[in-house]
Amino acid sequence: MIDPKHIGRQLPSATFEVEKGRLRFFAKATGETRPEYLEEAAAQAAGHPSIPAPPTFVFAAELDAGTLFSLLDELQIPLGHILHGEQQFTYFAPVHAGDVLTVQSTIADIYTKRGGELEFVIKDSTVSNQHGQQVLGARSVIVVRNPSGTSP
Amino acid sequence: MNIPDWNTLNVGDALPTLSLPAISRATLALFAGASGDHNPIHIDSDFAKAAGMPDVFAQGMLPMAYLARLLTNWVPQSQLRQFNVRFSAMTAVGTRLHCSGIVAEKLEQGGERLAKLHLAVCDEQGTAKIKGEAVVALA
Repeated sequence: MIDPKHIGRQLPSATFEVEKGRLRFFAKATGETRPEYLEEAAAQAAGHPSIPAPPTFVFAAELDAGTLFSLLDELQIPLGHILHGEQQFTYFAPVHAGDVLTVQSTIADIYTKRGGELEFVIKDSTVSNQHGQQVLGARSVIVVRNPSGTSP
Repeated sequence: MNIPDWNTLNVGDALPTLSLPAISRATLALFAGASGDHNPIHIDSDFAKAAGMPDVFAQGMLPMAYLARLLTNWVPQSQLRQFNVRFSAMTAVGTRLHCSGIVAEKLEQGGERLAKLHLAVCDEQGTAKIKGEAVVALA
């Protein structure tokens, strides 16, 4: 069982540079073919300063930094037991190629359901850009399956 | 790209649907790299089976990214204010996903004319893999 003492804990901040090549890779992986999501000239013609980061792209920042996986490792949660329960994004300002983002996350809550069979970790994140402007807020609900229903 | 007109939009109006090709192992491998989610449960069937799963299955953020495409096909991305989803079922290799959305509510808030959308990603049998909602600002 995950120790509820971790509620309120701040995770190490992650810095993430939004690169054009990574955006093109993300577009390819998600079947996006519109030129404004692939080429700078087309993005600018559509009114963007550079290629826009698609709505869910920024989720990569903490994955790249290893923030989440380090936490799971420390909490001794096996990777094969986690499921993504919910994901929420609130958008404050656009993100484009060339932006350097900082993600700061906090463990907002930890709770159990079905007598410990399922555990929930709620992570809240604030994402700001190189100008110190908040661009995004996010909440992730991570579900941990304990097939045997571990008890404390 | 034009922003839909709030005045002529009606509750119940449907967004143009987005249908995706069948999810392949290659799709999952590419998305693992592009998204930064290297959890082997999505790309290594030996690992998935050892974890008690019948096989690898899609990262939840993959159908959410498809759903984002449904939204940005309909409104410029700069109009998106909120995007929330619940992952309700795993997506197996071979599944063909369909993204859909309808206008659930029209509201005015903070000087903006907004639409709340109800969203879903379903397989060919109509089983929901993701349900969610988004708030977009309209003209």
